[in-house]
Amino acid sequence: MPRIVNYGELKERDYLEMGFMSGLEIHQQIRTEKKLFCRCPAGDYYEDYHAEVLRHMRPTLSELGEYDGTALMEFKTRKEIVYQLHRANVCTYEMDDTPPFELNQEALDIALEVALLLNCNIVGELHISRKQYLDGSIPAGFQRTTILGTDGWVPYKDRKINIRQLGLEEDACRQVSDRGHRRVYKTDRLSIPLIETVTYPDMRAPWEVAEVAELLRELARSTGKVRKGIGRARQDVNVSVEGGTRVEIKGVHRIPYIPRLTHFEALRQWNLLELRDELRKRGVTKETLKSSVAKAAAVLKNTNFPPIRQAIDRGWRVMAVGLGEFKGLLTFPLQPARDLASEISDRVRVIACLDELPNIIHSEMKDSPLSSSEWREVSAILGLKKNDVSVIVWGDDRDSETAVGEIIIRAGEAADGIPNETRQAFPSGTNGFERILPGPDRMYPDTDMPPVPLAEERIERAKARLPLTPWERRERYRKLGLSREIIKDLVTDHRAGLFEKAVESLPIKPSLAAVVVSQMMKHLQRKGFPVSRLADGSLFDLLRLYSQGGFAREAFPDVMKAMSADGKSPQEVVQELGLSQLDEEDVEEIVAGILKVYSNLEPKDPVKKFRHLMGVLMAGLRGRTPGEKVASTLRKAMA
Amino acid sequence: MSDIYKGYRGEALSLLKAHGVRVWSDVEVQTTHGAFKGIILPRSETADDKHIVLKLRNGYNVGITVATITSIKEIGYKEAHYKIPEKEFPYDPAKPRVKLFGTGGTIASRLDYRTGAVIPAFTPGELYGSVPELADICNLETEKLYGVFSENMGPEQWIGTARAIGREIEKGVQGIVIGHGTDTMHHTAAILSFMVQDSPVPIVMVGSQRSSDRPSSDAALNLINATKTAAESDIAEVMICMFGPTSDQYDLLHRGTRVRKMHSSYRSTFRTIGDIPIAMVSRDWIIPLRDDYKRRRSDRNVKINTAFEEKVSIVYYYPNMKPDIIDSLVDNGYRGIIIAGTGLGHVNKPLYPALRRAREKGIAMYMTVQTLWGYVQMYVYDTGRDIMELGVVPASNMLPEVAYVKLGWALGQTTDLEEVKEIMLTPIAGEITEREPHNGYLIYQGGIPEVERFVSSYWK
Repeated sequence: MPRIVNYGELKERDYLEMGFMSGLEIHQQIRTEKKLFCRCPAGDYYEDYHAEVLRHMRPTLSELGEYDGTALMEFKTRKEIVYQLHRANVCTYEMDDTPPFELNQEALDIALEVALLLNCNIVGELHISRKQYLDGSIPAGFQRTTILGTDGWVPYKDRKINIRQLGLEEDACRQVSDRGHRRVYKTDRLSIPLIETVTYPDMRAPWEVAEVAELLRELARSTGKVRKGIGRARQDVNVSVEGGTRVEIKGVHRIPYIPRLTHFEALRQWNLLELRDELRKRGVTKETLKSSVAKAAAVLKNTNFPPIRQAIDRGWRVMAVGLGEFKGLLTFPLQPARDLASEISDRVRVIACLDELPNIIHSEMKDSPLSSSEWREVSAILGLKKNDVSVIVWGDDRDSETAVGEIIIRAGEAADGIPNETRQAFPSGTNGFERILPGPDRMYPDTDMPPVPLAEERIERAKARLPLTPWERRERYRKLGLSREIIKDLVTDHRAGLFEKAVESLPIKPSLAAVVVSQMMKHLQRKGFPVSRLADGSLFDLLRLYSQGGFAREAFPDVMKAMSADGKSPQEVVQELGLSQLDEEDVEEIVAGILKVYSNLEPKDPVKKFRHLMGVLMAGLRGRTPGEKVASTLRKAMA
Repeated sequence: MSDIYKGYRGEALSLLKAHGVRVWSDVEVQTTHGAFKGIILPRSETADDKHIVLKLRNGYNVGITVATITSIKEIGYKEAHYKIPEKEFPYDPAKPRVKLFGTGGTIASRLDYRTGAVIPAFTPGELYGSVPELADICNLETEKLYGVFSENMGPEQWIGTARAIGREIEKGVQGIVIGHGTDTMHHTAAILSFMVQDSPVPIVMVGSQRSSDRPSSDAALNLINATKTAAESDIAEVMICMFGPTSDQYDLLHRGTRVRKMHSSYRSTFRTIGDIPIAMVSRDWIIPLRDDYKRRRSDRNVKINTAFEEKVSIVYYYPNMKPDIIDSLVDNGYRGIIIAGTGLGHVNKPLYPALRRAREKGIAMYMTVQTLWGYVQMYVYDTGRDIMELGVVPASNMLPEVAYVKLGWALGQTTDLEEVKEIMLTPIAGEITEREPHNGYLIYQGGIPEVERFVSSYWK
């Protein structure tokens, strides 16, 4: 019997029993000044645009002479693709009107660094490939992509998660809308360099997938050279169960969604396998499936069901499809609120572009919009037997024809088990059909680009400069005595290298250096001070000046604000703000002066008086002398 | 025998031999950077001998540095057979007969590993396999005349193509399509406009700016539109059929003598110069933009004149050009020179003696303009008058490349300079026009508000 189980109800051993396997493909934009194959600036998105271009895509043969299944499916959709172009960051390269320029070397160095951090085997020569995307998300119809490393690993719990490959590729367009036969894209994101990390299916439970995603994100961020923010990193999650098929859930923006999504996909596969067994029991296979098709407008001409009414008024076709031996199976539950009929409806929506829902109705529906006599007539024109069911779809001539084909194909696939699909994530944690899963046939060598040798010296140089991995850093920071909270911030901070250098070469307390480099910078940034423009060099100078006693700890924020506002060196700022350290005599003189002024101060309680005077003194001395020193001088003077 | 090492040489070749593996071997390679598994692919002959290429299981290709390889083990063999699916082109007696000549180019193409570039595929079956829409338009026959890149097209191929066109017209074909690389398509279009006269049927040249191995290729749409033009249009001229805008919307039909490739890579690279195109064509319609074109006829009469003198050159003038440029042409036995002059048709004074000498040697010289748009007018400035005195004949608004092929054609027919002049200055196929329409010269200057408004309200 099919089972619907919520996330959280299954334990680790349940997933093991199910044969749960999951792998990740993480796409992470990297921080380069320019795009990967042209000189457009990388990074900014725009809501407005200045021009539009219309394109269509046609499937082409792979290098080994095959058509890719996804490509053929997209061709069936007959989509018009419209691209919106902004002058600031789209040139003729992105629109496939100019051949690629040289591969961005800055991007290559970043990708190489990550490939090495992932312990990958590094290739000797990069071959740029074209990965076909006929959905239009790339105007050329393919993404330029290349592999730098294969077969790496990262440590996880007490084992290794194996990395299949680390690639460098251009990002795709952002979709604006997809209605009927028209899909609209913004091109600003197109061709921003990104790294793709692909793991083997080594994760055995939904939460493991999220934890490994988090680990890999941390690793990428620890280089300090990747982009952060919504959509800058996106996960594709592969899931299969024992006896099932690899299914890909596409473009998951947030890691916390992953456990629920993978759980419900495993559930869906589990149930689809049950459904297959039931169909086999009834003698139905993909090849022997008995289907029948009939025009149903005539028998439904008086229907009260508005969508079919409208379809008839528009002169559309209303088609009925009979499926032999499917009694009770269209409502076979697969996920919460989703059954086999939902899967069929998805296919009709995506491939036949019939996207006004409902787009199908069927004879098994609980609250059927047709009367039983209408269903009987549909049955009659299809010549159905007792255990057969019918599905009705409506649309113009071509769309309804495509839809009828897809209904029969999807029903047939149910007898095979689990179709190879790419699926879209729904907010509820369930998922829906997006496209047929592409295979290696969509790869094609890029004849516009010669191979790029990756010299041994370059690899060695990158190895020598490699930053510590997050797990190495965490260990090291713990030994330096940093608090758990600071460690968490610092591990993924791109200035962690600066922190390490400061601690190694300056007489400064590690916790203070960490706070300045990571938390204080973030805090000031949030308050609107442009401290992010401070180069690592000037921050190092700042820490050095402090460690030489150039100013007091309390003055850090003020010095940093002034440095970022005026672009001045820490020495200049300290001088201008009058923060130079006072010597002991000066402090004693000031304290004596203040004591004289406030000699008649009430209350007489020495503790309260001390506190009050400290406040008065520090208002003038903050940053010019450490608070402890003022306190001890005052205490001495009052005694 | 060396064919089992396709493209490998030097160190890489020695390595393959030493490990007893070949191209298409499925191998495990051990290197100092770890192990790699995949199929050994052929290598481009122009690439270095320091790497071997593997196709990994995930479909990606990578190069492995020879110097890092410690062992290669063959675990299988999988040769790729690249083939465009071939289907028999259906015959429909109600549809017109169209002939497609191939000269090269990439209307349909496949990958060539040796050069890393694409090579054309062509039979009707292959074309039907990749562009089935053609069967809705016509009964298609194909004939491969040449298999050359367009820069290698020359007089031999022009003559052969003109004769092949003549033969097909006599056999009663209803339209002709010529697949051609785009770089010199306008040269071929111009010479065919002279060599094939009074054609009763459309002669449509077509190519693609994005090879058909790309999903966003313009090849299929161009071919469909060219075939529709050949089969259905009433325009019996030599034309080029290529993208109008960069969007997939319609093609423009350009007159063979007034068209030029104007962008090194855009789809909409061809532009009619000094005039407007003849028509727009899409899958569903052909809309004429003018009505002064030659109409389709039902007879089979066509004049083929393939005379051609090869000793003709174009000299693109630049400031400080020295007379030895002209002298060397004279000394090498050239019989005709087309000058692409500045402005209205000018060159500098130091060239005068060389031009006089050329004139005395009986060399035919014609002036065109490097501005491309506009007429030669050599009376406005004294310079122009001087140059005419030296025997350089203004060639009106003939495009430089068109004047070049026409002069070759004229000198092929006669050595009499007066007769040559008669041929050169008598318009035969629209190469010289009497008037330039006010909407002919429109090079939209991006950036100015009016143009930006246009660009933002229409598909580019």
